[in-house]
Amino acid sequence: MKKKTKKAKNYSNYGYLFIAPFFISFVIFSLIPLVDTIKNSFYEYYTSGLKVVGPNFIDLQNYSQILKADLLKYTGNTFVLWIAGFIPQIVIALILAAWFTDQHMKLRGRKVYEVIIYMPNLIMASAFAMLFFTLFSNSGPVNSLLQQLHITKEPIRFLASVSGTRGLIALMNFLMWFGNTTIMLMSAINGVNPELFEAANLDGCTHTQIFFRITLPMIRPILTYTLITSLIGGIQMFDVPQILTNGNGSPDRSSMTLIMLLNNYLKTKNYGMAGALSVYLFIISGILCFIVYRFINTDSSDNEAKAKAKREKRQKKIATVEGGITV
Amino acid sequence: MKSHSERTRVVIAQIVLVILSFMCMFFFYILIINSTRSHVELQKGFSFLPSTHFAKNLTNVLNDGTLPVVNGIINSLIVAACSAALSTYFSAMTAFGLYVYDFKLRKAAFTFIMAIMVMPTQVTALGFLRLITNMGMYDTVLPLIIPSIASPAVFYFMYSYMESSLPAALVEAARIDGASEFRIFNQIVIPIMKPAIAVQAIFTFVGSWNNYFIPALVLQTKKKMTLPILIATLRGADYMNFDMGKIYMMIMVAIVPIIIVYLFLSRFIIAGITLGGVKE
Repeated sequence: MKKKTKKAKNYSNYGYLFIAPFFISFVIFSLIPLVDTIKNSFYEYYTSGLKVVGPNFIDLQNYSQILKADLLKYTGNTFVLWIAGFIPQIVIALILAAWFTDQHMKLRGRKVYEVIIYMPNLIMASAFAMLFFTLFSNSGPVNSLLQQLHITKEPIRFLASVSGTRGLIALMNFLMWFGNTTIMLMSAINGVNPELFEAANLDGCTHTQIFFRITLPMIRPILTYTLITSLIGGIQMFDVPQILTNGNGSPDRSSMTLIMLLNNYLKTKNYGMAGALSVYLFIISGILCFIVYRFINTDSSDNEAKAKAKREKRQKKIATVEGGITV
Repeated sequence: MKSHSERTRVVIAQIVLVILSFMCMFFFYILIINSTRSHVELQKGFSFLPSTHFAKNLTNVLNDGTLPVVNGIINSLIVAACSAALSTYFSAMTAFGLYVYDFKLRKAAFTFIMAIMVMPTQVTALGFLRLITNMGMYDTVLPLIIPSIASPAVFYFMYSYMESSLPAALVEAARIDGASEFRIFNQIVIPIMKPAIAVQAIFTFVGSWNNYFIPALVLQTKKKMTLPILIATLRGADYMNFDMGKIYMMIMVAIVPIIIVYLFLSRFIIAGITLGGVKE
């Protein structure tokens, strides 16, 4: 018996061996680069022509310099581009998810629609952007179609206007992500106790009432999760605007995102500024990661107590919702 | 009365769905049509009907001297396949280590991986580039493959799958039969994990196939480039001098293989999207 417990103890240390590759790879390819990135942010270190300047330690000067160099403008651009795609995405996804999960509607061809709307999510963003660039160019198919149908006389110069460029980027992001979000929200709604919907139906609630009083409150955690993960994705926005505008965020850098700026610094070997920008991004995404972590972790088995508390809270919420309906 | 409003609702839903599906497919329809048309035909204007230059455009793209597309396809395939293999195997291994063994740092390790799960890789790109340059891996495909050993999201999926499908008694029984821990993992656990591995291999493969930011910073030699970088050079080049048929065909080559695979595996892939997500 004693021998057996000793053996069991030996087994448990095998765990270190199994997780070693992950952590070794993480330390080498993520942690060391992160430390190096932070270190570089405090140095003046760039290449100008053939001359390499630095590295000279300059405290926080890169941080203040990058703030002056339109960091806020690019943050604003990134946010505008993200929100312009996200709002239609979440609205459409909510409506579709509610329809798809409605037992009474019995939509025909639901499975086929699911397959179609998810498809753009798998498409290479850079190729998709190149396709849009070609389709919406001045002599491209969209313009020639509009002219053939006599909707416009002159070609519309989509990529010459701020709203045109931003609109196309938002449209692409919307197309690429609304299917994914719909499927996530559907699974969330399917997880809601169906008796709730039945009870509401029997009590004569309208569809709108059910949607706003039951569906939305019940899937609020997933909605928040979708919002935060989408925001993290938005911060990383690069492929689509980069290819569509050939890396310059034209017109007048109005579609230049944060990662496009980082890409420019890296390409021109301005390590100091790239470092400072990375640290800004790291802090923002760190905060968002923490929020996501809190969400996922309340559900994981490691946090039985928290999960239980959440379940109870949900029970209470269900009771409140039910109360709200009967009243 | 109720059934009447119900019917209107279904009709509205069908109309909206048809419009959205149209939006999802219309651009690809134009892409496919235009890839069959010659440069001259494309200059003349838009047409809904395909032409006869598909094979010619395809051979033009594949034989282009300045744009090594065949190399690009091979490079993309190598990077995506290796990344998918490494990330699924080692994520399953990490999940196994954390699921089966109760060692001292278990909880800390789990918490750590969850905390970094959605961290963008771009924030460490600067240090990453400098590191791989020092390691002599700049302008090779290795730095695009090896780091996928640490894939937190794939790990989380594997861990969730183990929670639902790997009974602890099974490992115990194998031990009594005298199997070593690594044999248990490779010969008993991996076969059980096959469905999860398949789903995640697809997602990692697609993600890697489409990846642009890091590969574009790492790969500099044309022959080593992956497809997204070649597409980007199309945009950077003097666009107006290009054979438009070739441009459409090039985009086809990058997009269509993934779509064909997707259409065959769609049910499986769609079911996989939510499996690893937040359990509600």
